[in-house]
Amino acid sequence: MTAKVATVTSGKGGVGKTTAVANIAVGLASLGQRVVCIDGDIGLRNLDVVLGLENRIVYDLVDVVEGRCRLRQAMIRDKRLPELYLIPASQTRDKSAVSPSDMVRLCDDLRQECDWILIDSPAGIERGFRNSIAAANLVLVMTNPEVSAVRDADRVIGLLDAEEKGPVHLVINRIKPSMVKRGDMLSVEDVLDLLAIHLIGIVPDDENVIVASNRGTPLAFDNKSKAGMAFHNIARRLMGEDVPFVDVENQGFLQRLFSGRK
Amino acid sequence: MEFFNRMIGRKKSAGNAKERLQLVLIHDRTDLAPSALNAMKDELIEVISRYVEIDPTAVSINIAKEGRSQRLVADIPLRISNRRRLK
Ligand SMILES: Nc1ncnc2c1ncn2[C@@H]1O[C@H](COP(=O)(O)OP(=O)(O)OP(=O)(O)O)[C@@H](O)[C@H]1O
Ligand SMILES: [Mg+2]
Repeated sequence: MTAKVATVTSGKGGVGKTTAVANIAVGLASLGQRVVCIDGDIGLRNLDVVLGLENRIVYDLVDVVEGRCRLRQAMIRDKRLPELYLIPASQTRDKSAVSPSDMVRLCDDLRQECDWILIDSPAGIERGFRNSIAAANLVLVMTNPEVSAVRDADRVIGLLDAEEKGPVHLVINRIKPSMVKRGDMLSVEDVLDLLAIHLIGIVPDDENVIVASNRGTPLAFDNKSKAGMAFHNIARRLMGEDVPFVDVENQGFLQRLFSGRK
Repeated sequence: MEFFNRMIGRKKSAGNAKERLQLVLIHDRTDLAPSALNAMKDELIEVISRYVEIDPTAVSINIAKEGRSQRLVADIPLRISNRRRLK
């Protein structure tokens, strides 16, 4: 086994990175992959609660890096799937407790043990971001169809370019089809035109995301929700499958006719 | 409301967002502020005028986008030389 390391990052905070890591991990694990998620947001951990594993934490990422436990001991197994694990972030330390070379070493040790390592990057472009991308074989840049999120995504894509980190794929999260239809939200095509990178996922805005995080059960466990399906599709694309994009904006002929001039 | 906006020719807000982002991203990526671009244009006009006659008001300098890379595009129409015309 030689795992691929995929980092989810965004620049701007709150665009849905943690939600994406949890759900893509569930998607990959339900395809029979052995998946380890690492929460790279040291000091502000959240992946544990989104996955519903917060009560099972004994050791964390900083304990591993500082040699207080073995890697295996910090891997919490999600019992709902055969091969899904979480290495939580430390809540009491800060980002300087881990360096980019620590992350590279840790991922090198883990690579033999699994198929995928998914890293949840913190917002921003500082130490936590540098740590999270240090070992990445591919990067998913997450954005919302909104001015500041797109601008920050562009900045991050530029930084990844400069470091020759890649390939870089785009995930557009929280699309609201009704707003796009009436011309009050950037469309998928608009965002793609602006950022000019490869698209790997379109996730609609979906109330079920909040219900799922209330319960600690990522919505990808339930195949019925639109956002859950979108995350499953991202997992399948990561596996190399050619999955067509669902037209979330659903622009029918009549709508196009009446949406008038640009 | 939508009808009204169209009547008075006001753009949908997504159009505003895209236009504003197009400009912001160019400046973020190139680190070139609009004022710097104008200063560069003035200097270019000055240098080129030393060699050939041009119409300063017709000169345009823009940043064109191709995927994630940008290029500086200058359009500098030359004036037909008066000396030649008199000949
Ligand atoms: N597709 C979606 N539909 C509805 N709500 C969403 C969606 N994606 C994310 N959210 C909500 O947005 C909020 C932020 O999500 P999340 O914590 O995943 O973002 P983040 O990028 O990890 O934030 P941070 O930068 O703080 O780490 C959460 O309340 C989450 O439930
Ligand atoms: Mg997060």
